[in-house]
Amino acid sequence: MHRIRERIYKGLFSLMAFASLIFLVGITLTLFVEGLPVFKEVGFFDFVFGKSWYPTYEPPDFGILPLILGSLWVTTGAVLFCVPVGVGSALFINELAGKRLKAVLKPIIEVLAGIPSIVYGFFGIVVIAPFIQRLLNLPVGLTAFTGSLMLGIMATPTVCSISEDALSFVPRSFREASLAVGANRWQTLTRVVFPASASGISTSIILGMSRAVGETMTVLMVTGGAAVIPHTLFQPIRPMTSTIAAEMGEAVMGSTHYHSLFAIGLILFFITFIFNVIAELISRRFRKKLGLGR
Amino acid sequence: MFKSKIAITVLAAVLSVGLMVSVPTFAAKSLTIKGSTTVLSIAQSCAEVFMDMHSDVNISVQGGGSGVGIASLIDGTCNIADASRPIKDKEKDKAKENNVQAYENVVALDGIAVIVHPTNSVDGLSIEQIKKIYTGEISNWNEAGGKKMKITVISRDSASGTFETFNELALDKERVRSDALLQASNQAVAQTVSRTPGAIGYVGLGYLSSAVKGVSIEGVEPTNENVINGSYELSRKLFMYTDGAPAGIVKEFIDFVLSEEGQELVKKAGYVPFI
Repeated sequence: MHRIRERIYKGLFSLMAFASLIFLVGITLTLFVEGLPVFKEVGFFDFVFGKSWYPTYEPPDFGILPLILGSLWVTTGAVLFCVPVGVGSALFINELAGKRLKAVLKPIIEVLAGIPSIVYGFFGIVVIAPFIQRLLNLPVGLTAFTGSLMLGIMATPTVCSISEDALSFVPRSFREASLAVGANRWQTLTRVVFPASASGISTSIILGMSRAVGETMTVLMVTGGAAVIPHTLFQPIRPMTSTIAAEMGEAVMGSTHYHSLFAIGLILFFITFIFNVIAELISRRFRKKLGLGR
Repeated sequence: MFKSKIAITVLAAVLSVGLMVSVPTFAAKSLTIKGSTTVLSIAQSCAEVFMDMHSDVNISVQGGGSGVGIASLIDGTCNIADASRPIKDKEKDKAKENNVQAYENVVALDGIAVIVHPTNSVDGLSIEQIKKIYTGEISNWNEAGGKKMKITVISRDSASGTFETFNELALDKERVRSDALLQASNQAVAQTVSRTPGAIGYVGLGYLSSAVKGVSIEGVEPTNENVINGSYELSRKLFMYTDGAPAGIVKEFIDFVLSEEGQELVKKAGYVPFI
């Protein structure tokens, strides 16, 4: 009897373990099947490097360069915000904060990660956008900068939490050895602890970037949605995700427009895939360097 | 012991699956309405009252947009397709391929109001001026009879029915300037205009409020009266498409929407009664 039970459990859990693989294959397949026709209908070069996005006009234009650049600009802006804040707070929590402060700070930062993105969107529209508009005297507050700021806030918990874990994984012996040879606290931090945890911190940054580039609702609400090639951070732009979200409901099934939205998803998927590969490579390199092995 | 437990679990699973499959057949008559978010509020309020009157009818109302509604009618997943634009030739062809006869029922009228910030001194615009503003020929309010202020053009996502109608009625299908802001709903447009002094946007007449200023078009104010008497140029019909001339429960529902009571609900939803 027990053996049967064990077998059932084993089968059940391996099914669960493989479920994510099945989902991944299913999603990738759907993206390819629905997205690839556009490269035939429009052409890969014209699609990815085309400068105008007018999918519903006669004749239509399916150039997504403005959308790709829109995504990259807000993501870059978000990184400029979330890396100093996230890594800084991780350093503070791990190195400087006392036990009590740490017990309060870390959960608070993690709560930030649990706020739904639409709430961030509301906050952005109602509070941040009008504030930025007045502060910088812009014609409109819905800009790439507003989006960057919101995404930066959203990615901060990811960056902070993983960085803090990485810092706390640095073996105690590393610090002790450094202090023993006469290095002060700052030197120990910058020359020993920081390099030793660099792989984890890099991973946290890349995961933060993945979060930012894939975020949809918030950017749909706060970046304005103008499909132009951005020249400054202080103009409305349109990331890839919000294009899919805004237009998928109305695109005629099976049309070039419909396929092009899937193709945007496919390209987005590749971008986050590349991010993850980079994160993995960095992680390996630093581990080797420190002799930590795999 | 374990075997019997497993057997019970399996039995329960089979039963619950069976129940789920059979549930929809419990309601005597069901009706699925899908499509334009503009018509959604009309369909919804009419469906509620209609279901109160006919307790054996179950109506499911869904949004998704005119395109989705018509596509669903074509593939047979809805009985009535809400649309804020007439059916396109492409869609008609597709319907024919699927042996669906898209039948047009006009259920209400809707005006599109061009809105600006309340502090803007411009009270009226011509269609020509609106076109120039949206295509980028004019980019400052002083070229359209206002103070010197950069115009922030706000449009709808190019797949929405409101956009399509505006594009046809006001822009002659010319391209909106690429740096125009695109918002995903009527509310979002109204909200953005109300917060942006130099903004111009367009929304359904039902979304006019004191937070924004609706300008007159060719000297005609955006009011229900002017839409009904036909003098307001930016107006459109709202449709409910059916497969063939409505019959049975579908006919009963459409007749209700077109009845005095139904048209009263149309008015309440912020649109202009058809009759």
